[in-house]
Amino acid sequence: KSGVVIAGWLMEERPKWDNKAQYLLTCIGFAVGLGNVWRFPYLCQIYGGGAFLIPYLIALVFEGLPLLYLELAIGQRLRLGSVGVWNSISPLLGGLGIASSIVSLLVSLFYNTILAWVLWYFFHSFQNPLPWSSCPLNVNRYNVECEKSTPVDYFWYRETLNITDDIEISGSLQWWMVLCLVSAWFIVYICAIKGIDSIGKAVYVTSTFPYLVLTIFLIYALTLPGATDGLVYLFTPEWSTLLNPQVWLDAATQIFFSLSVAFGGLIAFSSYNTERNNCERDAVLVGVINSATSLYASIPVFSILGFKANNAFLSCINENILALTNEFEMPDQNITVDNYDHWVNYLNQTYPDQFSKVPLNDGCDRQKFLDESVSGTGLAFIAFTEAVIAMPGSQVWAILFFVMLFSLGLSSMFGNMEGVLTPIRDLKVLPKWLPDEIFTAIVFILCCAVALIFALGSGNYWVEVFNSYVGSVPLLIIALFELIGVIYIRGMKTFSDDIYFMTGRRPNIFWKACWMVISPLLLLVVFIFYVAVQARKHPTYPAWNPDYVDFPKTETKSYPDWVFAIIVLLCSVPVIPIPLVAIYRLIRRIMRRSSHHADSNPYNNYAFEG
Amino acid sequence: MLDKILFLLCLASALADERCMPDTPHGFQVRLSIKTALGDEAYVWNENEMFLFRASLAFAMRNHMNGQQFEVSNIIVCNETMRVSFWFIVTSPLDTSQLIDQENVEAAIRQSRNRINSAFLLTDKTLEFVDILPTLATLYTHPTPPWLIVFGVVMGAVGAGIIIMLVSSVVQKKRKTNGKPQDKDDDEETRVKTVENGDAHDGVHNMSFSEDERFTKM
Repeated sequence: KSGVVIAGWLMEERPKWDNKAQYLLTCIGFAVGLGNVWRFPYLCQIYGGGAFLIPYLIALVFEGLPLLYLELAIGQRLRLGSVGVWNSISPLLGGLGIASSIVSLLVSLFYNTILAWVLWYFFHSFQNPLPWSSCPLNVNRYNVECEKSTPVDYFWYRETLNITDDIEISGSLQWWMVLCLVSAWFIVYICAIKGIDSIGKAVYVTSTFPYLVLTIFLIYALTLPGATDGLVYLFTPEWSTLLNPQVWLDAATQIFFSLSVAFGGLIAFSSYNTERNNCERDAVLVGVINSATSLYASIPVFSILGFKANNAFLSCINENILALTNEFEMPDQNITVDNYDHWVNYLNQTYPDQFSKVPLNDGCDRQKFLDESVSGTGLAFIAFTEAVIAMPGSQVWAILFFVMLFSLGLSSMFGNMEGVLTPIRDLKVLPKWLPDEIFTAIVFILCCAVALIFALGSGNYWVEVFNSYVGSVPLLIIALFELIGVIYIRGMKTFSDDIYFMTGRRPNIFWKACWMVISPLLLLVVFIFYVAVQARKHPTYPAWNPDYVDFPKTETKSYPDWVFAIIVLLCSVPVIPIPLVAIYRLIRRIMRRSSHHADSNPYNNYAFEG
Repeated sequence: MLDKILFLLCLASALADERCMPDTPHGFQVRLSIKTALGDEAYVWNENEMFLFRASLAFAMRNHMNGQQFEVSNIIVCNETMRVSFWFIVTSPLDTSQLIDQENVEAAIRQSRNRINSAFLLTDKTLEFVDILPTLATLYTHPTPPWLIVFGVVMGAVGAGIIIMLVSSVVQKKRKTNGKPQDKDDDEETRVKTVENGDAHDGVHNMSFSEDERFTKM
């Protein structure tokens, strides 16, 4: 044990942040992740544009900020990782920390797989032409799968994932994916090798670089043709969506998952702070910056989607123009995009028979192309890569984009892994001779080995399973218990005293009202609705099946029973420690009390027992 | 003057050839989209351009069928429209009553497609030979996939970084254990570190109850 000895007491040195900026950048980097770029714009799009901001901001103020403040405050006051914090508040709550750690571990596994995919695309952005711009040419016949879908789809589903057409068919380990996965874990390792000493330095780059790239994209995307269509579409509010309860539910869940609370990572980070630190201001800052980043990111995303829709519309119209020009033998470029409708009417009236013979594509509607909504990996690896091909200097934009995605994900990975490592370190179960770096390496190697599941042919389906079920219900339960634990078990009075000790003033009526009533209520409502919506139907997943009748549409398949069992496990295993540990400690307390009555040894000092 | 009349007559007779007609089994339809390709720098399609086209086709035929001296007069064009589209047939230089079959014409055009395109500053799409599919250019296949090279560079740097950090931490620990025995005895009882109020360290352990054998057991 290292530290300094004072009057017979060994004071252990807890690692500290070098400066406040490192701490804030780490928290911001943890909160700001891939979801800010590829989930929030999607929600804005499907929920009536600007109108979605209202439930979103309400959820931020009444649910997000209180939870954030609570976690940062309790970690800073008790100065332990998630397991230690909940053990300190009450031994019965010890399972809460274990639950957080398990969730962090499971999320790390699939989250890093997404980073591996980003790395793969990054490595492939150094070619001219970009590999996803055209179908690979075979010697004899053309590639059926690629021709039926698009080169971009083909590159994602076949050359990157080599996806099987069913989750039951595991396929084999894709060696190139294994390489990228191992690379991703290596990169996270080198940043987390010395705990917050190295993380604190890494976040100077990983937390700030995305903003630089977003700004570059913002400026460039606004100059692209069709960008204004996308932006108008995004921000035009459709107030009627506010009447749909699903919108409020999604806003609440989005804020909750976006802020990365209940992972234990925020508690770990704030535990390395000095005790006198204004955590109220930190919480508000992190929360506001997270939401502002979501908004800021949606502008270039929608400009680019508008550009893409415009391209699709123009190519559709131009096909029709060509068909008409060829059929009626008119001079080239007499029919343009602008006078297309006029010409169509004229030709239809003047030569109806000949006009009906022309194979025209009826689906050339700007709105239709804008309505195609994508989120998640579909946005990054399909929609965006397609847009990038049409930009001059594609390689530069692709490289910038994928490095930005990687930075966003990397800084979130720090939080996930620290949510696992800090509690284990604090539990002091490690032998003294084991250096911290080796312990970290062992954890990473184990995680990497388990994450090889996601490098199988069916890996993408498993990532979806983990994403939908691990990163949702357990977190809601943990957050609910966190609120109850701090406010009701530790007590509002004690917690107010903690905050007074740390910041010099007690929390005001707004925070108290939120913690005691509003936030738990909101969380409970979100949880109940979430479970109700999920449980209503047997879960299904979109499968990429080249033999499907409607290919290239994805085939909706339902999960087989054994996968369903795994889903149930994923939802329940993280939260089981909460009741288990409580029961275990309760039983021990009852047994100890009964044994205390039976044998009262005056030399037994119970104060020092677990 | 006489030459001009003769030329016009020949042209007229060429154009008036009945074998050249839409959907002829011996020829092809050609479509040009000059404005689409060149925009503002588009040239006007006139007789001279048509002459160039017939000449380039004759060139293609000569390239393909070695030995036969095709002339511009062997390329017969008809049904020219404002689209700029027309049909053409190819007669044999040895006997103008004989037409070259479609397969040979197609093969000839395929072979010299690039040259014909360049003559008109057009592409496969804008100079369209209806029913003759353009051959796609083979994509360049790299000997080593470039992504492996980037991967190697990045992972090499990261791996080197990890090794450096691990080695440096080992070296630091060795230096600490070597330098420690001298000042350990001074530290234990005499060093008083001012602990500011609240700036406490964590994990306060009451050494009296620890298992450490530095202290006498209770």
